[in-house]
Amino acid sequence: MGQPARIRLRLPAGQRAVVAIPYVWLLVLFLIPLLIVLEISFAQFAPMARPPYESILRWAEDGVLRLKLQFDSYQYLLNEPLYVSAWFYSIKVAAISTLLCLLLGYPMAYAIARCPPTSRNVYLMLVMLPFWTSFLLRVYAWIGLLKTDGVINNVLLWLNIIDEPLQMMNTSFAVYVGIVYSYLPFMILPLYANLEKHDLTLLEAAQDLGCGPIRAVLRITLPLSMPGIVAGSLLVFIPAVGEYVIPSLLGSSDQLMIAKLLSDEFFMNRDWPRASAVAIAMVLLLLVPILIFQRFQNRTLQAARA
Amino acid sequence: MKTRGWFSRVMLWLGLAFLYLPIVLLVVFSFNASRLVTVWDADDSPTLRWYRALLTDHAVLDAAWLSIRVAAMTATGAAILGTLTGLALVRFGPFRGRAFLRGLSTAPLVMPEVITGLSMLLLFVSVEQVCRAAFGWQFDRGIVTITLAHITFTMTYVAVVVQSRLASCDDSLEEAALDLGARPAKVFFRITVPMIAPAILSGWLLAFTLSWDDVVVSQFVSGPGANTLPMVIFSKVRLGVNPSVNAFATLMVLIVGTGVLVAAWWLKRVEKRREREMRMAEAGQ
Amino acid sequence: MVRSRNDGNALEPWSDPAAEPYVRISGVTKRFGDFAAVNDVSLDIYKGEIFCLLGGSGCGKSTLLRMLAGFETPSAGSVVLDAQDLAAIPPYQRPVNMMFQSYALFPHMTVEKNIAFGLEQEHLPKAQIAERVSQMLSIVRLTEYAKRRPHQLSGGQKQRVALARALVKRPKLLLLDEPLGALDRKLREHTQFELINIQQQLGVTFIVVTHDQEEAMTLASRIGVMNHGQIVQIGTPSQIYEAPNSKFVADFIGSVNLFEGRLIEAQEGQARIQCDELGGVVHVDYAVDASPGQSVCAAIRPERIHLLREPPEHTGENCVRGVVREIAYMGDMSIYLVQADGGKVVRVTQPNIARVTHGQRIEWDEQVYLTWRAGSPVVLTR
Repeated sequence: MGQPARIRLRLPAGQRAVVAIPYVWLLVLFLIPLLIVLEISFAQFAPMARPPYESILRWAEDGVLRLKLQFDSYQYLLNEPLYVSAWFYSIKVAAISTLLCLLLGYPMAYAIARCPPTSRNVYLMLVMLPFWTSFLLRVYAWIGLLKTDGVINNVLLWLNIIDEPLQMMNTSFAVYVGIVYSYLPFMILPLYANLEKHDLTLLEAAQDLGCGPIRAVLRITLPLSMPGIVAGSLLVFIPAVGEYVIPSLLGSSDQLMIAKLLSDEFFMNRDWPRASAVAIAMVLLLLVPILIFQRFQNRTLQAARA
Repeated sequence: MKTRGWFSRVMLWLGLAFLYLPIVLLVVFSFNASRLVTVWDADDSPTLRWYRALLTDHAVLDAAWLSIRVAAMTATGAAILGTLTGLALVRFGPFRGRAFLRGLSTAPLVMPEVITGLSMLLLFVSVEQVCRAAFGWQFDRGIVTITLAHITFTMTYVAVVVQSRLASCDDSLEEAALDLGARPAKVFFRITVPMIAPAILSGWLLAFTLSWDDVVVSQFVSGPGANTLPMVIFSKVRLGVNPSVNAFATLMVLIVGTGVLVAAWWLKRVEKRREREMRMAEAGQ
Repeated sequence: MVRSRNDGNALEPWSDPAAEPYVRISGVTKRFGDFAAVNDVSLDIYKGEIFCLLGGSGCGKSTLLRMLAGFETPSAGSVVLDAQDLAAIPPYQRPVNMMFQSYALFPHMTVEKNIAFGLEQEHLPKAQIAERVSQMLSIVRLTEYAKRRPHQLSGGQKQRVALARALVKRPKLLLLDEPLGALDRKLREHTQFELINIQQQLGVTFIVVTHDQEEAMTLASRIGVMNHGQIVQIGTPSQIYEAPNSKFVADFIGSVNLFEGRLIEAQEGQARIQCDELGGVVHVDYAVDASPGQSVCAAIRPERIHLLREPPEHTGENCVRGVVREIAYMGDMSIYLVQADGGKVVRVTQPNIARVTHGQRIEWDEQVYLTWRAGSPVVLTR
């Protein structure tokens, strides 16, 4: 129903008012700010000015509006080794963390989905509970664990497994742990929502047809849970690329992630155009996964309505 | 024949241990007398000295008060805007600009926080400039700008929650109310809102939590002197472990844990009573 | 199954050319994109009728109903109720109420509040609302359930609340969307008669949408059969059943045998159809509106065919030989599938009159003769 050929263009007045409020809000506080970022990314850095850039638009003496675009910031992003390595490092960290989340989250979601219905909600609550406590504090908890004189090293030393403390803080390992720890619920929830709907008789049918239990899971459950895997992975990957707090607290200072670079550029160097260019580049980088995610979101909503 | 999957069960318990062990340790060490946090001082522990330190720290208390106000305003604003967005997207049928609104309302959900923060700050700076140039009027960034920014990125979470609830609700309820003579605005307040109230409430709580927790966006858009609690904690934590942060974390876990448990227990009770009543109604037929 | 309440001597406003219709639907069309859900429907409905719109899913009956309620706007055409054009009136101001298929009871209100909701919108005095609600509660026999919430009611009780909530507004027209669809079989029959009683008691005009022909047959004063967004036939239940005007209607209402053939003789008062798939000639004793040589179809109901072991004595023309292929025992009757000499499989039902039949019963693979009266088949040209 409702083919695009005959879309109702005008809503009744009351409904128009209802639509207008969030519409205007999002235009003014979300879209326009992004356009300002885009504008400033093409501006010239002017360290002495307040704010520290030259507007790309200016009135020339003859009363003509002149548009002056600077591509310096973007060129810098592509040529500066620090930046190039930060891009690759961010993607690498996000990808590896997503994979680890999937490897840990899939069996967990599977186990919850196969529990008796009464205990499912208890397990789900256990998974979600940490999410409701502070994100910052949960990351902080790992400092105490991973420090050179932290809990893990102390226990390992006490057990005589190691002779001297391991360097875990301020490494990529610590960043992986932090991201997996913080984003695990985002992986488990969509996976659970998907796995819970599976018909168990499918597995029994597969086994009845001579498929071993492990092969049955690999050939039936895994392909059917693909939508959950994609949704969960994107929910972890997208924010992980732009993660700021976790690498600042747990990561090393010689391997920077892109979000940290952006904030340093902005707060330390006060180079607004370059920070803006980093932001725009980040949006472009994330556009593909974001669009995939949005299509997914719409499809799930439509399925819920049907 | 039924492989109950010992592997996945073991993984479930390992995963839960992974999720909870750090929190448990955080709580335990909040009672540790030693300033070194992770080294247990057996002589003087357990102690409440870090709780005392926390509750007499004015910077923390001021920040907490600011954060509570911001979070409450954010949650309320986000609940209203998110509900309107969800209503428009699910109930109004096709209209011009619907796809655009849908895109606008999901984009902040996946936008990295640094970009949200940066773009908001740049907006506020521009508005400041315009205000100064046009009216000679100056304003400071602070509680207002933080709240506006928080509403913008949390309203989309509320919109998602409300949308999925509305989509699963029978729209003939609203049609029935119209049919019985209620005007659209009345239908919204008397039928739709009660119907999706649980979603609005959980959206409100979600927005509150996200705002209460946010450090990145706040750091960008706050002004001098306006420090939210996460900002204060972040700056403390950057310097290393700090026992009064453990004490604060313990309080948080206690409050949230109790809240969630009570809510879960209450929901379960309501559900059980409802089921019993439905069984009785069918049996008494 | 065929009811005679409105047949014969009873009021039949639709057969009186001077009668004014109460609801006049003319040329109503609803298009969704290129697809016409309702295509140029015109209908006259008279005061006090129970009019059933009958059709399969997707035939447009629900869309038509929703246009009457005001939830959909017609792409073309007009709806006039009691000399008032409904086009510009929003659903909340129409003197029309609807009973929803899902009942759509407000879960957060008691039975009483649900029923009072519509009256509160009219800003009536509290005392008057209370009186009308309690009156309505007693009509639907739910007085002691007034304080309950919808989830504390059984299916049949919910249905009665939905009915009461719509009727308490005293609408000029009540629309019912599959009113019995959500009830189990046993409850249905009882509720059907109750619905008719309440309708007669209050004198409200009903328009019922249903896909269930049995429901339509028992409830309706007249039935409009819909297919592909159009009304295919309008008539009383017995007209629809006994004199379908097309193969679609004949097949849709009850079960029927359709014999394709060619008209070989058409005279005043009788006609003969050569039917090769049957291996014989079908004879009818009334005039047929078709010319010889035209291909036509003879429709005959399974219960109008008689099954004989021996050829009938007076060899009328409507006699076909065949072999029993299948027998299904249904309790009150048995269904026989008989393959005629021409190859066509004919469905025949015979009532099981005697409890014990000593060797009388017709068995599989037996040769039998099928006969029927010349008045039984209906000759269809489309």
